Amino acid sequence: MSETITLKIDGREITVPQGTTILDAAAQLGIEIPVICYHPHLTANGLCRVCSVDVGWRVQAAACVTQCANGMNVETHSEDVCRGRRTILEMLAATVELAEAPEILALLQEYEADESRFAAGERRTAPIHDDNPFYIRDYNQCINCWRCVQVCAEDAQYTFALSFDGRGFHTQIGTFMNKGMTDTTCVFCGQCVGVCPTGALKPKRQLLLEQGWDPDSIFEATRRKRKKT
Amino acid sequence: MTTEPIDLTLLEPVLQRYHGRRRDALLPLLHEAQAVYGWLPETVQEAVSKTLRVPLADIHGVIEFYTMFYNRPMARTVVRICEDVACQLAGCEAIHKAVSEKLGLQHGEMSEDGAIAYERVPCLGMCEHAPNALYGDKPAGDLTVTAVDDFLAGTYPEPAAKIYGEPKLKLFRVGQMDPLSLDDYLAHEGYVGLQNAMQHTPEEIIQWMDASNILGRGGAMFPVGNKWKFTRAAPGTPAQKHIIANCDESEPGTFKDRGLMEEDPFSLVEAMTLAAYVVGAENGWIFIRGEYPRSHKRLLNAVEKARAAGYLGKNILGRAGFHFDIEVRLGAGAYICGEETALFEAIEGKRGFPRIKPPFPTTHGLFHQPTAINNVETLVAALAVARIGWEAWAAYGTDDSKGTKWFCLSGHVNRPGLYELPFGVTVRELIEMGGGVKDGRAIQAVLVGGAAGRFLSPAELDYPLTYASSRNHAFPIGSGVVMVIDDQTDMRHTLYHLAHFFAHESCGKCFPCQIGTQRQMEILHHINHNGGPQPGDKERLLDVGFTMTETSLCGLGQTAAAAIVSAINLWPELVE
Ligand SMILES: Cc1cc2nc3c(=O)[nH]c(=O)nc-3n(C[C@H](O)[C@H](O)[C@H](O)COP(=O)(O)O)c2cc1C
Ligand code: SF4
Ligand code: SF4
Ligand code: FES
Repeated sequence: MSETITLKIDGREITVPQGTTILDAAAQLGIEIPVICYHPHLTANGLCRVCSVDVGWRVQAAACVTQCANGMNVETHSEDVCRGRRTILEMLAATVELAEAPEILALLQEYEADESRFAAGERRTAPIHDDNPFYIRDYNQCINCWRCVQVCAEDAQYTFALSFDGRGFHTQIGTFMNKGMTDTTCVFCGQCVGVCPTGALKPKRQLLLEQGWDPDSIFEATRRKRKKT
Repeated sequence: MTTEPIDLTLLEPVLQRYHGRRRDALLPLLHEAQAVYGWLPETVQEAVSKTLRVPLADIHGVIEFYTMFYNRPMARTVVRICEDVACQLAGCEAIHKAVSEKLGLQHGEMSEDGAIAYERVPCLGMCEHAPNALYGDKPAGDLTVTAVDDFLAGTYPEPAAKIYGEPKLKLFRVGQMDPLSLDDYLAHEGYVGLQNAMQHTPEEIIQWMDASNILGRGGAMFPVGNKWKFTRAAPGTPAQKHIIANCDESEPGTFKDRGLMEEDPFSLVEAMTLAAYVVGAENGWIFIRGEYPRSHKRLLNAVEKARAAGYLGKNILGRAGFHFDIEVRLGAGAYICGEETALFEAIEGKRGFPRIKPPFPTTHGLFHQPTAINNVETLVAALAVARIGWEAWAAYGTDDSKGTKWFCLSGHVNRPGLYELPFGVTVRELIEMGGGVKDGRAIQAVLVGGAAGRFLSPAELDYPLTYASSRNHAFPIGSGVVMVIDDQTDMRHTLYHLAHFFAHESCGKCFPCQIGTQRQMEILHHINHNGGPQPGDKERLLDVGFTMTETSLCGLGQTAAAAIVSAINLWPELVE
C-alpha cells in the first residue's frame, strides 16, 4: 500500500504517500498553515478550524484532518481563507483570556485581527479551581481544545477524570458533578498540564512563583495540603 | 422544594435488565432512571456508571449535553412551551407570559412542591399547531391565553392531524386506519410494497430507486439508490450492517415526519425492512427526538406488533436467512443529533458531537460499521415506489424531480399543515392551497428550507418547488419548510429568533460555530432591543456568517447563517 498522491499547494506540486494530511504536505514544502487545537501526538479533532484552507470544495477544509487527494489544488492563504482565520481569532479573543497563549497572540497579530470587534459580547468565565496541591484550573483561559480531556482518556492515561459541562458557547471542561480533582479519578500524572496551550492548566508551583512566593513556602504549603487529602 | 431521599432499591429492577450491557445502553438507561426519580441524582449516576462500566465523568458530560436530562432536582411534570419562529409568528409570548404568571415560575424553575416546572424550548415540531407546547408527555396546539388553565390542568385536548394534499402516495393511510392496529395496516395495503420488492433482487430495486430519482428528504439530497448501493457493497456481513431511520426531526418549521410516525407508523417499519432487504443489514434503529412522545409510543407499538407477528425477526416473510429487527431509541433534547454522525454518537452513549467526514456512514457509520441512515420521508418514498412501481411514481412531479414531496406549511396562513404534493407546485400555489395569508394580509417574506434555509421575497413566489428550480434560484428544498411571514411582522425579531435557535443548539465542538452562533445572536439581540443597528454590525454579521459557513465542522454551523445572510441580502436596511 505505498500509493502516492500528487497535488498542488499554493501552486507548487508535491507528491506524498496516501493518507498524508494537507497540513503535513504543506509543511514539507515549507508552507506554514496556522494551527491552534492540533497537537502532533494527539488525536486531531478539527476543532479550531484556523487551519482551514481552500481545496475547491463547497466549503473550506480543515488541513489538520483532511487528507491529500490526487489533483487537489490547495490555497493556504487566499483572501477568503484569511477572512475566516481573522474572524475566528477575533471571536476567540472576545471569548477567553489569551494573555498566556503566546502562539495565539502571534496569530492575532499576523492576521491583523481586531480584538475589540466583538468585545460587546459575552465572555466565557469561570471561577478558578484551586482544589489540589499540584495544579490549578483557570477556565477563563480555556479555549476548549480538548487536549486535556484526550490525554486523560484514550490518548494517553485512561483515567477519565475530565469531561464537559454545558453545550455550545457555554461548553466548559468539567469533572463529575463539578468535584475537585482530588475527588475524581485523577492520578495527578500532570499530562493535561503539559499539553495545555494556554495558561488554563498551570502547575501550582509555577503559579505561586509568579505570585512572588519563595520556594520554601511553596514547599510548605503544598506539602501540608498533600497530607490533608 | 422537598428533597426526597434517594432510595436506590427502586433502581434495582431497572439495573438488573442492563447488567452485561455496555455504553451504547447509556441513553436508554438514563431515561429509565430519570423516569424513576424525576431526575438523575449523583448516587444514581454512580450506579449507572458501575452497571454499564462508563466513567463517571463521561456520564456527567452526557447528562450535561442533553437538555432533557437533569442532574438537579426536577419536577415530574415539565411544561415545555415552544419559543421558536413559527410559534413567535403565532404570538407565543402571550402564552409564555400567562403560563409563567399562573405558575409563578420563570424558565427553568420548578414549583415549591416539586410537582411542575416550566421551560421555554426550541421548536417542538408542531408548527402547524402553533403556538404549541408539551404538558409532560401530552402535546397541545393552537393554544390561547384563555386555554392556559385547561392546559395546566392537563385537560386540554391533544391536537388532531392537519394533513392535506393530493395525490397521497406516501400518506394515503392517514385518517383511513387505526395507527395502532397491525390488522388495519394489513387491510390497507400493508406489506404489499415489501412483498413486491422481495420478488426482485436487491440490485433490481436499486435500479427502481435510481429510476425514481429519490433524493434524501433529510436535507442533504443524496440519492437513496446510491446510499443503499454503497452500504450494500461495503465490506461486512449483514450482522455488521445497520439501517437507521432518522426520526430526530428538529429543524424549526419541520413537522412532516411526525405526521407519518403518528398516523401510519407501521409503514416506517415496513420501509426500514425494505431497506434492510436491499442493503443486506440485520440491525435496524429508530432514533426519535425526545420531544415526540406521541410518535415514540406509536412507533414502539408498531415495532412490537410487527415483531410479534413475524414481520421483524428471523426469516421475514418466509425468506430463509432474511433477518432484521429494530430497536427504538429516544433522544433527549439536542437538535444536533439529527446530524447523522452525531446521531451515531448518541446511540453509542456519548455527547452528540458530529464526527469528521470522511469516512462516510456507508462504510463507517454506527459502531464504525456500514450504515444506511435515511430520513423518514425518504424511506417511505422508497416504499411507495415498491408498492406502486417506479413508472407510476414517476408519472407525478417533473422530469428532474419525480413523485411527491411533503411540504410543511406554517406561519401566517389560514390552513397550515403537512401537504403531500407532486414536485413542481409553486410557492404561491402552495400558499393558496393553504387558504392564503391570514386575515388577508400581504406577504413580507417566505422562509423556505427551514431555519437553515433562505428567505424568498414577495417577487420570488412563483418559483416552482423542484430540485432544478432550487438550484437555479439558490434556495434549498431542505425538509420542505414553507413558512409564511406577513407584512406586519418585525423581521428583525424573526432573525433574532433564528439566531437564538442556532446558539442554543450548537454542540460546541468547533470554534467558528460554537462562538459564531453566540456572536450572531448577540448582534441581532442588540439590534432588536437597543434601538437598531450600530456601525459595523452588518460587516460583523457577514464576517461571522461567512466564517461559520466556510469553516464549521458540520452542517449545523455551515447553515447557521444561511437564512440570516439571505435576509441581509434582500433587505440590507434590517442591519444597516
Ligand atoms: C444539524 C443537522 C440536523 C439534521 N437533522 C436531521 C433530522 O432531524 N432528520 C433527518 O432526516 N436528517 C437530518 N439531518 C440530515 C442528516 O445528517 C442526514 O443527511 C440524513 O438523515 C440522511 O437521510 P436522507 O439521505 O434520507 O435525507 C440533519 C443534518 C444536520 C447537519
Ligand atoms: S484546559 Fe487547556 S488543554 Fe484543556 S481544553 Fe482548555 S485550553 Fe485545552
Ligand atoms: S458546526 Fe456547530 S454543531 Fe457542528 S460540530 Fe461545529 S460546533 Fe458542533
Ligand atoms: S488545527 Fe486544524 S482544526 Fe484546529
